[in-house]
Amino acid sequence: MSNEPILIEARGVEVAFAGHTVLSGGDVTVRAGEIVTLIGPNGAGKTTLVRVMLGLVRPSAGTVTRKKGLSIGYMPQRLGIDPALPITVKRFMQLGAPSGLHTQDYENVLQEVGAAHVINQPMQGVSGGEMQRVLLARALLRKPDLLVLDEPVQGVDLTGQAELYRLVQSIREQRRVGVLMVSHDLHVVMAQTDHVICLNRHVCCAGHPHAVSRHPEFVALFGDEVASTLAVYAHHHDHEHALDGHVHGEHCDHD
Amino acid sequence: MIEWVVMSLGIDAFILRAVLAGCAVAVAAGPLGAFVVWRRMAYFGGALSHTALLGVALGFVVGVEPVFGVAFVVVAVALILSGLQRVRGLSLDTLLGVVAHAALAVGLIVAATLDNVRIDLMGYLFGDILAVGWADVAWTWGGAALIILVLMKLWRSLLSATVHADLAEVEGVNVRRTDMVFMLLLAVVVALAMQVVGILLVTSMLIIPASAVRGLSRTPEAMAVLAAFAGVTSVGAGLWASYQYDVPAGPGIVAAAALLFVVGLLLKRNR
Repeated sequence: MSNEPILIEARGVEVAFAGHTVLSGGDVTVRAGEIVTLIGPNGAGKTTLVRVMLGLVRPSAGTVTRKKGLSIGYMPQRLGIDPALPITVKRFMQLGAPSGLHTQDYENVLQEVGAAHVINQPMQGVSGGEMQRVLLARALLRKPDLLVLDEPVQGVDLTGQAELYRLVQSIREQRRVGVLMVSHDLHVVMAQTDHVICLNRHVCCAGHPHAVSRHPEFVALFGDEVASTLAVYAHHHDHEHALDGHVHGEHCDHD
Repeated sequence: MIEWVVMSLGIDAFILRAVLAGCAVAVAAGPLGAFVVWRRMAYFGGALSHTALLGVALGFVVGVEPVFGVAFVVVAVALILSGLQRVRGLSLDTLLGVVAHAALAVGLIVAATLDNVRIDLMGYLFGDILAVGWADVAWTWGGAALIILVLMKLWRSLLSATVHADLAEVEGVNVRRTDMVFMLLLAVVVALAMQVVGILLVTSMLIIPASAVRGLSRTPEAMAVLAAFAGVTSVGAGLWASYQYDVPAGPGIVAAAALLFVVGLLLKRNR
């Protein structure tokens, strides 16, 4: 993995709003074909760090370096399109698409994310899970090197969440894209990620999921209760994800 | 020459001028109004138009055409308001309320202190479309054409930023510049619409035609074009009522638009 080219790298990113530091020491590296997940409690600065890396927020200190010509597919937390705006899924996708695409291209990419049936529906009429898939499809239309997903499973039920994470996995494998993801549901994340960065206004700990889950700062941040939920959840699903059983074991040892 | 042709057709020239100016405003205000509705900026449009009276008064003070005074003040206020969106501790609609009514009050004060001119307040507040001259008609069409051209050029970026500003920015749209140009277009349309329906009713030319056709539209473009048609229809109906029954023209146009809105609601329900 470490031989893959670096797509984007943040070093020592610090952000202050109105003189109040909300994030410091933000270090993130995403390589091609790698899934990096930012976790942490509400207000930890996850979205802020992502916005800095996207170039939407100017950091008060630190640098963000991108691979030359990096193409980013961004999936925002939520859309909130006014009901008065008549727009179909296809038209919505066209807004972000490179020129010269045909209907077939939109159908194909929606097929890839499993949302082909909504192509002519109004954006305000699709369900939470379908909306996330449409957003993902729009990001993929740009043939990105890097996918940036901010809370990709928001408003999606539990089964749907697991499916979405599996979808991200398979996109990563088929397209060899790097993925930078923000999440606060630890359960699935721990199993589906190559590199976890645990954030609480600074980087608490970072590394391979099962290493992070043993880290004292991680346990301190999320508490024993969450850690045990994580273990229970992992146990239920270890028939699907081999790594989960491993995480489960680590936690039992730790406690 | 034009007067003669018109007279020989048996139409009063003032009505023809009113129709022409009104249609120009409606054609520009329809599509722009659609964006105002989509971006939930109805109150912003209202605040802008309330500042127009100050522009009229300042125009008299400086000695230029009121329309230039209006354009200047409205553009300035639009720029200030877009900066004000970042004031902490007060919501945007509160700030807009403060700015709108403060500007209206100051405008009325300045208008009252002008010694040698008597400003036709009713005309500015409620519109005086039946009094527009040929020069006004030309200005209105020029302004409307400018708005339509810029809007067409800006369309994709503006729509993209309306759907999701951050997403648009990441995808390469210069959202700040796009918003700024949109604000300037709004300022111009306010200056134009003021003559037709008056300061107090300007927002209605933006909001009502666009919302009236929402139920009939399946794409953003369709809604923008239909809004222009709805606006033109309202202008026609309002002026006809004014000609036939001596209804005040500006309010007549707005009432006609409101009627279309109700029809639009009923059509949607029956679908």
